Amino acid sequence: MRHDIVIIGGGPAGLAAAISAREAGVEDVLILEREQELGGILNQCIHNGFGLHTFQEELTGPEYAARYIEKAQALGIPAQLGATVIDLAREDGVLTVTCVSRQAGLQCIQAGAVVLCMGCRERPRGALNIPGCRPAGIFSAGTAQRLVNREGYLPGRKVVILGSGDIGLIMARRMTLEGAQVQCVAEIQPYSGGLKRNIVQCLDDYGIPLKLSHTVVDIRGKERVEGVTIAAVDDRMQPIPGTEEDIPCDTLLLSVGLIPENELSRQIGVEISPATNGPRVNESLETSIPGVFACGNVLHVHDLVDYVSEEAEQAGRNAARAVLGQSAETGREIPLSPTGAIRYTVPATLDPARMQETLTVRFRVKETVKSGQIRVLLDGKEVLRRNRPIMAPGEMEQAVLKKEWFTGTEQTLEVWAGPREGGNTNG
Amino acid sequence: MAEHELTCIGCPLGCALRVETDDTGAVVRVTGNTCKRGEDYGRREVTCPTRTVTSTVRVAGGKEPVVPVRTRTDIPKDRIFACMEAVRQAHIAAPVSIGDVVLHNVCGTGVDVIASKAVPARE
Repeated sequence: MRHDIVIIGGGPAGLAAAISAREAGVEDVLILEREQELGGILNQCIHNGFGLHTFQEELTGPEYAARYIEKAQALGIPAQLGATVIDLAREDGVLTVTCVSRQAGLQCIQAGAVVLCMGCRERPRGALNIPGCRPAGIFSAGTAQRLVNREGYLPGRKVVILGSGDIGLIMARRMTLEGAQVQCVAEIQPYSGGLKRNIVQCLDDYGIPLKLSHTVVDIRGKERVEGVTIAAVDDRMQPIPGTEEDIPCDTLLLSVGLIPENELSRQIGVEISPATNGPRVNESLETSIPGVFACGNVLHVHDLVDYVSEEAEQAGRNAARAVLGQSAETGREIPLSPTGAIRYTVPATLDPARMQETLTVRFRVKETVKSGQIRVLLDGKEVLRRNRPIMAPGEMEQAVLKKEWFTGTEQTLEVWAGPREGGNTNG
Repeated sequence: MAEHELTCIGCPLGCALRVETDDTGAVVRVTGNTCKRGEDYGRREVTCPTRTVTSTVRVAGGKEPVVPVRTRTDIPKDRIFACMEAVRQAHIAAPVSIGDVVLHNVCGTGVDVIASKAVPARE
């Protein structure tokens, strides 16, 4: 079996990539999805706030997904459901995707190009080293979200949430609305990683305390969680003796970060960036393995689905160009250097010969910058300068580069963010 | 005279707003904001705060046990729990399409509760 483009994952990234690949002229596109329906994590994100950028309206997750699912179906793009990809390989220049499903058994699918759209996973308890017992009642926030919103179960009545990521905040509100008592949200950092809007509308609205610089130091209970101990932490994030507080509860939710799911990417030998935990990609969102593209949360964790869709459209279009032989000959790759307050950029390299008229570079800052500025320097010469009132690690930033800036002889490309004259960091 | 302390949600700055109201509840002054959006938010939040409510409703004979629902538009913030109670009592039979009305005029707010996902009937 052979397909021109195989998309691994049928969530927001996979759907947008498949649609744009088809619209760019590739007839033979196949989506492989491990769940029984398309839409990915959006299906359990029943809260509103999706699609403000893409559709100029506030949709819920399932509504946002439905717009793309309907479009993919209208275009007649085939999707295999219940199909789990277990291996990805490249031999003699041929890409092979191995997948298993109940309907079709084991299949080896050859692909002209592959787009990685596997999304991300939550950090589990094991990654945190919380001492204590291992009773029932400890869930990741996303698991609790699935239980409540898809299966119709309330996983607990008295809840403590560790970590103030957006999923934890959303679940604090959701569990409260369903009649549970959320005792508090403990966050080890001195600030929340969640959006301001979620702090206000999910915690403040319901009087749920947010305990900054606090963490869980003990979990009690044999069969079921009976309580947790939280403590304040010092500036090195070590618990301060004497600040322990016992909180009775039957459930602990963990919302402590997301990690791109790159097992398949590693199997095929894709180079992974330590800054993003996702593939290192060039301007075409192509990984270090030719013909393998990546987009969405598997590439780097996004905070808005709208940006996932946008990025995936770009990846799908580029995969189509590669399959149709429309990619320009590679010229010279210029590395993008993140400097100042910038932690990473996606893409990591740029080939002016292959670049489209414009290229959106996405990045995150390491620390909060007030009265900030974004600057792009080409061979040390400033080509872009934009003021930003505030940049925060929790909010993705972007800079749009123009092809016309490049003559083909450039050596260095620097993307810089920091305070403008008179501004300050961490203020 | 009353003072309300709020966090603005307009952007990541999260300005600490102080909204002063007179005896009739009318806004006299918003301080602490750094832009116009903050002032607008402060006024609205103190005089008539509203929210979209999202939840789930049991589905009879569906491929899935529950269907996500939402209020079509915002409802007054102080009606959230009354709305949730009405949603908890509600049920709907499959098949359900996006936009199907689950509850008309929930709690007299004039706003319908609608399905936000399709649930096909069980085969």
